[in-house]
Amino acid sequence: MSKLRVVHYINQFFAGIGGEEKADHKPEVREGVVGPGMEFNKNFGDDAEIVATIICGDSYFNENLEEAKAEVIEMIKKYNPDMFIAGPAFNAGRYGVACGTITDAVQSELGIPVLTGMYEENPGADMFKKSVYIISTKNNAAGMRKAVKVMAPFAIKLAKGEEIGSPEKEGYFSRGIRKNFFAEKRGSARAVDMLIKKLKGEDFTTEFPMPNFDRVEPNPAVKDISKAKVAVVTSGGIVPKGNPDHIESSSASKYGKYDIDGVMDLTEETYETAHGGYDPVYANEDSDRVLPVDVLRDLEKEGKIGELHRYFYTTTGNGTAVASSKAYAAEYAKELVDDGVEAVILTST
Amino acid sequence: MRLELGNILIKDVQFGEKTKVDNGILFVNKEEIISLVREDDNFISVEVELARPGESIRITPVKDVIEPRVKVEGPGGIFPGFMSKVDTVGSGRTHVLKGAAVVTTGKVVGFQEGIIDMTGPGADYTPFSQLNNVVLVCEPKDGLKQHDHERALRMAGLKVAVYLGEAGRNVTPNEVNVYESLPLLKSIEKYPNLPKVAYVQMLQSQGLLHDTYVYGVDAKQTLSTLINPTDIMDGAIISGNCVSACDKNTTYHHLNNPIVHDLFEKHGKEINFVGMIITNENVYLADKERSSNWAANLAEYIGVDGVVISQEGFGNPDTDLIMNCVKIEKKGIKTVIVTDEYAGRDGASQSLADADPLADAVVTGGNANEVIELPPMDKIIGYTEPVNSIAGGFDGSLRENGSIVVELQAITGATNELGFNKLSAKGF
Repeated sequence: MSKLRVVHYINQFFAGIGGEEKADHKPEVREGVVGPGMEFNKNFGDDAEIVATIICGDSYFNENLEEAKAEVIEMIKKYNPDMFIAGPAFNAGRYGVACGTITDAVQSELGIPVLTGMYEENPGADMFKKSVYIISTKNNAAGMRKAVKVMAPFAIKLAKGEEIGSPEKEGYFSRGIRKNFFAEKRGSARAVDMLIKKLKGEDFTTEFPMPNFDRVEPNPAVKDISKAKVAVVTSGGIVPKGNPDHIESSSASKYGKYDIDGVMDLTEETYETAHGGYDPVYANEDSDRVLPVDVLRDLEKEGKIGELHRYFYTTTGNGTAVASSKAYAAEYAKELVDDGVEAVILTST
Repeated sequence: MRLELGNILIKDVQFGEKTKVDNGILFVNKEEIISLVREDDNFISVEVELARPGESIRITPVKDVIEPRVKVEGPGGIFPGFMSKVDTVGSGRTHVLKGAAVVTTGKVVGFQEGIIDMTGPGADYTPFSQLNNVVLVCEPKDGLKQHDHERALRMAGLKVAVYLGEAGRNVTPNEVNVYESLPLLKSIEKYPNLPKVAYVQMLQSQGLLHDTYVYGVDAKQTLSTLINPTDIMDGAIISGNCVSACDKNTTYHHLNNPIVHDLFEKHGKEINFVGMIITNENVYLADKERSSNWAANLAEYIGVDGVVISQEGFGNPDTDLIMNCVKIEKKGIKTVIVTDEYAGRDGASQSLADADPLADAVVTGGNANEVIELPPMDKIIGYTEPVNSIAGGFDGSLRENGSIVVELQAITGATNELGFNKLSAKGF
């Protein structure tokens, strides 16, 4: 049997081109292995080999996302590979996001198995662990050999379409896909055993790790709302008609900030929703249903609120990663505070 | 309280002239059962069918499953508040027809009644495929309201279970197990070095055909309270519940609560099982807050180190589950919760409607949304038409050849949250 063909993606640093100063390096492809690819080939043995390596600067990739993705995919296509591997990225944030983005794109556009690896706290892990297999690695390149030792055989498994074991067994981050199986003991006995371990302070493994619900304690009430500057922020995708910033209908990569100075009412002619996750008819007919500018203008006139803030912020919550939402909010929350806003009405759909 | 539970092992069920147990075979007099059920004129017809393990039989829509038991020594009788007076049960001696059950079916009551397949892949998911079942097919009179229908069918099942249980009164059991719980302080004195553990059982009480009864009282009108774990072995808690088949606790589950049994199993060895708290799952927020506060306060008051908490149902009761867990953990008492999951057919969605980091020890009965294909069976007891509309079924579930494609949700007891089964789920 001939060897499986693998294309490998690495950043400018692992290619030996340079550090931060070379992070704007444009995508290039080199035949055969570069940098960590050697370690992969060693572990692949006779099963697979890296036929080409694509090198791209982290800043270039993240700042020119769409172009970079398209360029890299074109490069990969030419080699007609059986498998695509990116990284491992360890704890390098932008590299991790690039590895996650490109493996996700290759998987959906080229339909071949993909694999990457990174440290659990790399933001790319949270963003992409649900869509692609990501092997858990140490937080720096000292863990390279260990990481490749897990990634290489797992990649071969994926490429051959073999059955994939549990995350604990294979070393990837759980993608959160729940599958049933028959355990050795009945549930009640498992519960009693688990309680005994917990009481003794011994290690135990929960059968369902709680999702991390990031609960936010509400702030105390605004002292005098009749004097307060109030802003509106929505994940319901309300945008000026025509969606000038092209906010995605799902999995938004950005948020918009729009001036509503003098706008008394959001009409069918002037506003619409970009959101693809709900029936848009009613929001398009009257966007005030999602972003209540009209009633806030009434309250402003009646003196019940101080004033309505001149800008609103908007994105689509539909399928948008929590990590992205957090990043957007961190930015505009600072602007809101700087602009003297004292209260925000958040609307969802 | 000391209860001897004598198991009479039933390996077959057959019709006979006299209802009796003979050499492990339960003989049932069909006519006597029919006339017993027909005492209630809400039913216009009653059929009795038998379904044994391995037979090509599908029973649906299943309302309840009940184990026949009889009280042979000690105060009170089986199913206090319903079939017996409200004397305190849970002591003396009770005989059990182990391996037999009464199953109630007929015209569907709610939307959520289940399927029991006696063979094939579906049989692996329901514990009742392993039993010798006496199935009551009860047809209600026209115009009988759902709530009256539910009550009539519930009572029919209990009545027949008690009737069959009588057959075991004078039979020598194959095995006798003893369950004993002491008054709290004595129990603590007896095992001073073992961690004190209680069981917190959440009872389905959302109303609208989602009800549970304790000594005859509707659980949604109760405050969280203490109950002796042996009481439930005599039927102190019964199901009046038509919630999703996979995770509703049938009366059979209550009688055989596996958490109680497994806590007794470790009692005096690794833990000191000192008691049981029951609390409800009402729909209003104030009720949820009150009931979980009381459950946590009682756990603190009896001074336990740890509890196992079990849920019944899903979605709305997930909030009660997390409230109970969090409030009890915050008292410094360690918890393990037993639940099941609704992670979507692909397993990729969020499993529970509520979550908290303090719920760090979870046992799951599996993902109820997982889809299964049930092949046709030679015989149907009841009706298969409702499978398109019961929870877990969908338009097109029932195919022309009689096979059924459904979520596990539709199979009676499949993802039980008392941990009755071996089914579990893990993340991939």
